[in-house]
Amino acid sequence: MILEPKTIFEKIWDSHVVKRADGYPDALFIDRHFIHEVTSPQAFDGLRKRGIGVFNTKRTTATADHNVPTKDQHLPIKEALSRRQVETLRTNCKDFGIELYDLGHPFQGIVHIIGPELGLTLPGMTIVCGDSHTSTHGAFGNIAFGIGTSEVEQVLGTQCVLQYKAKTMKIEINGTLGKGVVSKDIILYIISKISASGATGYFVEYTGDTIRKLSMEARMTICNMSIEMGARGGLIAPDETTFTYIKGRKFAPQGSAFDQAIEHWKKLRTDDGARYDKVLTFDAADIAPMITYGTNPGMGMKVTDRIPTLAELKEISEQASFKKSLDYMGLEPGTTLLGKAIDYVFIGSCTNARIEDLRLVATMVKGKKKASNVEVWIIPGSKQVEEQARKEGLDKIFETAGFELRSPGCSACLGMNEDKVPPGKYCISTSNRNFEGRQGPQSRTFLASPLSAAAAAITGRVTDVREMVL
Amino acid sequence: MSKDKFTTLKSQVVPLPSENIDTDQIIPARFLKATTREGFGDNLFRDWRYDPAGKPVKDFVLNNATWSGQILAAGKNFGSGSSREHAAWAIYDYGFRVVISSFFADIFKNNALNNGLLPVVVSDRFLKTLFDTLQQKPTTVITVDLEKQIVEVDGRKENFEINPYKKDCMINGYDDIDYLLSLKKEVNEFDLAHSSI
Repeated sequence: MILEPKTIFEKIWDSHVVKRADGYPDALFIDRHFIHEVTSPQAFDGLRKRGIGVFNTKRTTATADHNVPTKDQHLPIKEALSRRQVETLRTNCKDFGIELYDLGHPFQGIVHIIGPELGLTLPGMTIVCGDSHTSTHGAFGNIAFGIGTSEVEQVLGTQCVLQYKAKTMKIEINGTLGKGVVSKDIILYIISKISASGATGYFVEYTGDTIRKLSMEARMTICNMSIEMGARGGLIAPDETTFTYIKGRKFAPQGSAFDQAIEHWKKLRTDDGARYDKVLTFDAADIAPMITYGTNPGMGMKVTDRIPTLAELKEISEQASFKKSLDYMGLEPGTTLLGKAIDYVFIGSCTNARIEDLRLVATMVKGKKKASNVEVWIIPGSKQVEEQARKEGLDKIFETAGFELRSPGCSACLGMNEDKVPPGKYCISTSNRNFEGRQGPQSRTFLASPLSAAAAAITGRVTDVREMVL
Repeated sequence: MSKDKFTTLKSQVVPLPSENIDTDQIIPARFLKATTREGFGDNLFRDWRYDPAGKPVKDFVLNNATWSGQILAAGKNFGSGSSREHAAWAIYDYGFRVVISSFFADIFKNNALNNGLLPVVVSDRFLKTLFDTLQQKPTTVITVDLEKQIVEVDGRKENFEINPYKKDCMINGYDDIDYLLSLKKEVNEFDLAHSSI
């Protein structure tokens, strides 16, 4: 029998289909489920109303991240509604028997950062969470995607979700990255090329020698933002870099079980001749440090480029939305952002708050001081990242530079807690979304890499990082 | 939870022609702190609907008496961004039962269908016709017929696609979990087989 060549996505998907019936979406078995305080309370209520429990408590892990304060985490949460949500999560985890990494726990942190660092995220798995950036986990060669609260309830109650298999897209990047160009720039570049909806309906596999050379942290940044081009998720086939990262992590297989797992994981690659529904190819040499100028992540450009004029848009129908977006940002078509004064720098989020990101920032700012016109927040992705940063002395470098290293959480990425960018102010942010009001009502966001954000913190302006001494 | 059943709706339409309306516009993150599904409609399109002082923005469609109805029509790529189901809850809670656009973000579409809110995908051309018609006559009543999968504006009809399973769920008010619970035996086997991971 000759087997049809398959993509890695198809291999993992097909091996998790509990039931495929005509006219029905696939019932997909879920290996790992992450929950947090914001999108889970209504799901637990649903279970109570139905009188059912959690199917397998060992497959779900909880943490508090979305609306937690990043200062004084040892004190009760001041804001009443946030406090109630975190307390509700505590009660629900206790009632249903789910492990919770609560505030103060050494494993607490942003859900997409703690999964990988604890070895809960592994190759070949199906992983879901009530958060669109679940795509982050795909960096380990698994199928990971965000779900809504009704689906959180499905997974808690049945360990399955009903899903249609997405179409497949291969994005191949080859070549050597230029000076000052990091993985955030790769993904911002791709999204700027294919738009914020360019991968809707697809599950992306990133390949090519540029991707292969990236660390796990850098790969996570790329997979994280798959959703920003509309993709259901994004993954990278596992390799030695992946195995080395996983080895020895708290919940990863240990000893001989690890060796066995590697044998299985090595088979997780796309077969020669497998067909993708769409293939895109990019040259790493074309990528430069990137920045967004608009109110969706597709509105990005090389930091040295000019914002397009209305006449340069592909479709006339886009003009009104484009104009509205630039009005919101207080920017003019056809102008450059280089040298534009900024007010805030946010280094954090599930996109760029891992230890490697903090190290990158530290290399840039070591021995320097922030510009007087900016406020700089560094929000580590997890308690472990925070501890590691302190151990390496990064906190001292940040302190000398006038940066504030706080405690972990989603923070100003979405402004659910107190960390908000004030109305009309400009923030260079290492997060994933520049939507209107995302970082606070009327806030204005420029998305960029940690390196570019650090450079801007020093100069107080939008800066081409390549002009800084590295 | 079992939902309202949906077959046909005749209603006026509220137009929102902007493209790429993301979930942070539909319901800003700072309003996601409730632990129930109700009440999100009060903050639907919050930052477009109210000024920073909390006063209604006069021209915004939800504050303008010209527009009413249970159908929302929006520009392409509606619902992009976060997976927050609160976006679908807010639209439903406000009183909408249908959203028409030429393109929806995946997760939003799923969330809408899971909550009895029908996302209707029409062609760019049909959407433009709809916006033009509403501009000329804001009280235009349109028909969305789920059984026949037809949307009709002023005698102009267009078919829309919907997955047969999801259509069945909408018409009968079923939800996915009933089906998944019926697979318990098979899932148990999977759970054991995948336990080594």
